[in-house]
Amino acid sequence: MAEEFKIDETVDITNVVCPVTFVKTKVALEEMDDGQILSVHMKDGEPVQNVPRSVKEEGHKILKLIDNGDGTYDLIVRKVGD
Amino acid sequence: MAVDYAALKKGGWMRQKQKGKFALRIHVVGGTLTSKQLEGIQKVAAKYGKGYVHLTARQSLEIPWMDEKDIEAIKKDLAEYEVYPSVCGPRVRTTTACQGSSTCPSGCIDTQALAAKIDERYFAKELPGKFKFGVTGCRNNCLKTEENDIGIKGGLRVKWLEDPCISCGVCVKACRENALSMVDGKIVLDESKCTYCGRCAKSCSADAWETHPGYTVSWGGLFGNHIHRGNEIVPFFEGDDRLFRLCDATIDFFAKNAKPGDRLQFVIDRYGQEKFNEMIRKVFEEEQ
Repeated sequence: MAEEFKIDETVDITNVVCPVTFVKTKVALEEMDDGQILSVHMKDGEPVQNVPRSVKEEGHKILKLIDNGDGTYDLIVRKVGD
Repeated sequence: MAVDYAALKKGGWMRQKQKGKFALRIHVVGGTLTSKQLEGIQKVAAKYGKGYVHLTARQSLEIPWMDEKDIEAIKKDLAEYEVYPSVCGPRVRTTTACQGSSTCPSGCIDTQALAAKIDERYFAKELPGKFKFGVTGCRNNCLKTEENDIGIKGGLRVKWLEDPCISCGVCVKACRENALSMVDGKIVLDESKCTYCGRCAKSCSADAWETHPGYTVSWGGLFGNHIHRGNEIVPFFEGDDRLFRLCDATIDFFAKNAKPGDRLQFVIDRYGQEKFNEMIRKVFEEEQ
């Protein structure tokens, strides 16, 4: 399913815990340009419940949450703003 | 001159162990004080007290070490900063509230506005026993509403909107009750599992949820010498008219049936929980 999107950057937050999960995501987004697409690799549970919402609250656009079937997810986000 | 302690207590002056000294409880609504009020409180604590204040367990603030002879002067000084004494004893007490939807990302209702409405309608109302209201903005329940005689918890009734939905799947994972599933790109909501937390709508990046704020109410909570968790008697509902009809009916019931020193749950226990529930359900079902 990931092929549907042209991924510009990826960030892996499976090795960190809240709030670093969101911090890493935010930093990755800050380094990107408006309209570029980020894929965030995260674990099930707390990250997948909260990181998408925090990304939305920052004003970015969520395109898809892909269930990898192995207890991890990839959140596809389009950066909004510079 | 004999000191009328009951009158002082009614006006928020609580007798200390030390003779002639009182802790003055300040009227606070929903745990919010303005900087102007804080300035007045600071001045009084420094001038008449011992330079400190105490935060109470129910979001009020007390200035200890006030001397009996200064009571009128203190009241006058505080009034200049829009600070007024609260109450103690058998009446409607401080309405507590979390910050709610005006600033909190999790908030589903404007708890501060609701606390102000409750306070305006019921504060200091004379009753046979104390009566406490607490308002919390969402299921996180930061305010612990079930500790109150009437506890009000905000929530959101949600409706999925097919058109704007991009089938990203975030809401399905955001839901902690497993009430959502995605079937052929469409979201299916199992209403029997929904707790009105609103996490689906709050997580949605596509505005694909219609939300209607409402309340879950609990009755009979107390957390002092006796402990009882407030009971939810009616399902989640919308509308302040209905909420205040329920509050009015409860206060009337308490005023009519309570003995001095009672709490709501003690009266309900004597009257019969089921009979009380029926009364509440009847009020709940009255035409809007």
